[in-house]
Amino acid sequence: MKNKDFKTFSTLVGGVSRRDFLKYCTIMASSMGLPLGAGAQIAEAAVNPKRPPVIWLSAQECTGCTESLLRATHPTLEHLILDLISLDYHETLSTPSGHQAEEARAASIKENKGKFILVVDGSIPVKDNGIYCKIAGRPVVDILKETAKDAFAIIAIGSCSSWGGVPSADPNPTGASPVHKVLADAGIKTPVVSIPGCPPNPYNFLSTVLYFVTFKKLPELDSKARPMFAYGRLIHENCERRPHFDAGRFATEFGDDNHRKGFCLYKLGCKGPETFNNCPSLLFGDTGAGTWPVGCGHPCFGCSEAGVGFHKPLFTKASLHLVTPPDTYPHTSEQQGRGAGIVNVAVAAAAAGAAYAAVKKVAGKLGEDEKK
Amino acid sequence: MSEESKPIGGEILTKPFKVLMGFALFAGLLVLIRFVLGIGAVANLSDGFPWGIWIAYDVVAGTAIACGGYSMALLVYVLNKGEYHPLVRPALLASVFGYTLAAISIFIDIGRYWQAYNMFTPWYSNVNSVMLEVAVCIGSYVGVLWIEFSPAFFEGMEKYKSNMPKFLQNINVSGIHKLVKKYLFFFIALGILLPTMHQSSLGTLMVIAGKKLSPLWQTRFLPLLFLISAITMGYAIVVFEAIYASVGFKHAPETNLLSKITGLMPWLIGIYLVIRMVDIVARGVIGLAFRFDLNSLMFWIEIASFVVALAFVLPKANRTVPRKMFLGAVFMLLAGTIYRFDAFFISFNPGNNWSYFPSFGEIMITLGMIAFEIMAYLYIVKKFPVLPAPEHA
Amino acid sequence: MEIKRRDFLKVAAAGGLIAASSATPVLAREPKGRLKEAVGLLYDSTVCTGCKACVSACKQYNDMPQSSSTPQDPLWDNPLDTDSKTYNIIKLYKNGTGEVKDREKDGHAYIKRQCMHCVDPACMSACPVSALQKDPKSGVVSYDKGACIGCRYCQVACPFNIPKFEFEKAFPRIQKCQLCSHRLARNEIAACAEFCPTGATVFGKVEDLLAEAKRRLAYKPGEYRKYPVARVDGKETTERLVTPYVQKVYGERDGGGTQTLYLAGVSFEKLGLPVLDEESDARRTETIQHTLYKGMIAPIVFLGGLIYVVHRNTKDHK
Repeated sequence: MKNKDFKTFSTLVGGVSRRDFLKYCTIMASSMGLPLGAGAQIAEAAVNPKRPPVIWLSAQECTGCTESLLRATHPTLEHLILDLISLDYHETLSTPSGHQAEEARAASIKENKGKFILVVDGSIPVKDNGIYCKIAGRPVVDILKETAKDAFAIIAIGSCSSWGGVPSADPNPTGASPVHKVLADAGIKTPVVSIPGCPPNPYNFLSTVLYFVTFKKLPELDSKARPMFAYGRLIHENCERRPHFDAGRFATEFGDDNHRKGFCLYKLGCKGPETFNNCPSLLFGDTGAGTWPVGCGHPCFGCSEAGVGFHKPLFTKASLHLVTPPDTYPHTSEQQGRGAGIVNVAVAAAAAGAAYAAVKKVAGKLGEDEKK
Repeated sequence: MSEESKPIGGEILTKPFKVLMGFALFAGLLVLIRFVLGIGAVANLSDGFPWGIWIAYDVVAGTAIACGGYSMALLVYVLNKGEYHPLVRPALLASVFGYTLAAISIFIDIGRYWQAYNMFTPWYSNVNSVMLEVAVCIGSYVGVLWIEFSPAFFEGMEKYKSNMPKFLQNINVSGIHKLVKKYLFFFIALGILLPTMHQSSLGTLMVIAGKKLSPLWQTRFLPLLFLISAITMGYAIVVFEAIYASVGFKHAPETNLLSKITGLMPWLIGIYLVIRMVDIVARGVIGLAFRFDLNSLMFWIEIASFVVALAFVLPKANRTVPRKMFLGAVFMLLAGTIYRFDAFFISFNPGNNWSYFPSFGEIMITLGMIAFEIMAYLYIVKKFPVLPAPEHA
Repeated sequence: MEIKRRDFLKVAAAGGLIAASSATPVLAREPKGRLKEAVGLLYDSTVCTGCKACVSACKQYNDMPQSSSTPQDPLWDNPLDTDSKTYNIIKLYKNGTGEVKDREKDGHAYIKRQCMHCVDPACMSACPVSALQKDPKSGVVSYDKGACIGCRYCQVACPFNIPKFEFEKAFPRIQKCQLCSHRLARNEIAACAEFCPTGATVFGKVEDLLAEAKRRLAYKPGEYRKYPVARVDGKETTERLVTPYVQKVYGERDGGGTQTLYLAGVSFEKLGLPVLDEESDARRTETIQHTLYKGMIAPIVFLGGLIYVVHRNTKDHK
């Protein structure tokens, strides 16, 4: 990245130093597990005047995802992200409203057909033709289908759009469905990336977008379309309280002695053992050092995991067996005991040979006697 | 009866004797290591295979091979065949050392030997335990054997004083000799009862191993099969020893007597094989013998050894030829030993992938035991009236 | 031939008694029943998550040293099996990719191994010096090193390979799980059950455990059920989604019954547990032994006969 390019960019985003900016991009790269050089690549991509257009649709949502994104507090991040991408439509953040806003969306879709990124927060009600959530008089399910067709890729942000979230909790009166399911049912094949969480860590979202901007492709995804860099491991695996779990030290009641000592929260219903997220390393939201539910003494709620958050009772213990166990366990059948080696087999054979020779010698002598 | 046996005399420290001594001393060193550093330092024994060749050879096969005294006592004293008397002493001698060394082996093998006397304390004894019976019987039988054999010593000390080391020459044993002679019948009777009990119980030992033992060996007939094969091995060792000694000490074997003893073996082997095979077929496990795995291989080697032994001793003509009797005895001893190895560790499978093969140390200690046994035998037959006096016909 | 058939049959008669005892199960010893107050463990493999909290708790509360199966790198406590330093272990069954829990093909399952505290223990029957004893009340099989002679017959006898021997020591002893008897004495429960976070191992009276196990077998997979934690009759429970069971309580009758009971989602054989008859090996052996040696009557009669015969025959010789 040349200094001149950056100057233009710097004025655009308003007073971020080159050093800080590069630092930020490198942190992004490392949080995704990319090599060091990728930081520079990201920076280069970020200052590229041709920002990718983004359309942000909201369905049955609480705006939590947007709020948490806005509260990302690394230096002037909101500036950066708002200028990094060309956010053409966002119901909460848009300056225009009403028909003007809808027109802007239509225009952007037309202009950037097949190039824009569609971000969706909130679940999609499909019951009764989707009448439970309408925007500008139209069911959001229709708007989604129409927009999704022309998008390059879709990012479903938050648990609602990823797997249903709060609105899909029993008895799910609106038929709240995740984005990928609605699109699959409609036969729309645009790729969907899910960033579940309630709300998700903004950096998981930002990292995904930056990856896309830099490499023009989506990051590696797991079977539930979540980026591997953020959702590849269970919370339990990296949890700071894990040693207590392994030693069998548990808090059994809120405020009891063991709870005060910071013991494992598993018995209070912590869902860390069945929730895939990077909270233990990235913490929750961008709220400061050490602050995430488990860090504060509250069991993980499993907000980002389908079938766990909003589905499993808060104090029901997690099932811990989602992952394939490592080979460090002794197997039911282990090769044990000391068997044949060269030396002992040789000695045994020699002894047998000696016995054979002795018998043969005597038999031979007896044979000679017979002949006499 | 003292005319029947004579010391054969000759030099003790011959070359083979020295070689044997080397083996015995090396084994002694290993035994020392075992007592200082623990069993694991010399043996391949493990939690899966707690018993190896020390138990299977030194104790189980060793005492069966040492059944000569028992088998001959059955013949001479129960069936009243006095003509075999000349063969009793050499048989007893082999038994004395076989059993004594088995007892020593047990001492080496058990982990908490300093508490071994607990076996003989009533408040610790567990009458349900087969092991208790085996241990008490073998323990008492060792004593009985020494008493049974003691007349040879007493005779030696009385008649062949010049043979004896200095410190023994001045001891008068005639009183105790008489006493032993008077009550010998009681010890002879005990000497028949005890082996009958423990040789069968050595088989019962493995019944409790249950499914860990291949069904080809695991049967309620284990005690009977062990007893029959032990008696047969007893006759085999008498034949083996007599012929070997005749070759070694260059005198004519007692072919007549030996051929009669050999004549017993086809009966015993036959009965053994019938029970063994009928039991396997009746329990429906004969299929296991055709799996071409280690167990089935060992099974057929074992059965084949019995059959070969039978083939040597069955034809009447063979029983006049020392070479054929000798080979028949060798195969019988081999068969009985393989049977015991199979039942004690080869077909023993504790499950979950355990393996065992005797270690260098284990084998060397066992060889040292055998060497010591032979050394003791050579010493005694040269110094004491044990072997039958040559037939001056 | 001078040895006639009649003579031969006389010898055969000596072995006849043994043959009779082998062939007549009529004289079989009564099978042993469960003790009323017996306590034990119920281990449910479908609930276990393999966290090994029981393994570390067992070591801690029994003061057992570290056991390393990797001598070249002895940093960790990583025994392959229960051994002379490990009373309790979690083992893994894994097939193929091992991805699904409690499935035989391409799945995995855990199994906890410790003393089964048999109703009719083979080790106890085998031990010549009564070093292994079954508590008449709790039914816990305990070991007395003051009696033990180290013959290792208990190891040969135990169908579960539980007694372990200190082969590496000059003055060794047997080591085995004694169901934390020292903790039971203070009214506490076995450490492995107390520290099991999921309730995979629960402690209690065997009859309660058996009832709980039967109850679980009747649960339908997919429903939420309350599972007791630590004590089968305790207050602490956990809600759990029921997964399919193999319809058998291992240890109910296996090997004559055990006080440690198992439930699992894959076959018990795959989990490395032996397939045992309902008749205990101890009973089988004692049947043979007691037929032959009941009150030592047969041997004494036999000895009497022998003394008579030998006495007569030795006189003849003279």
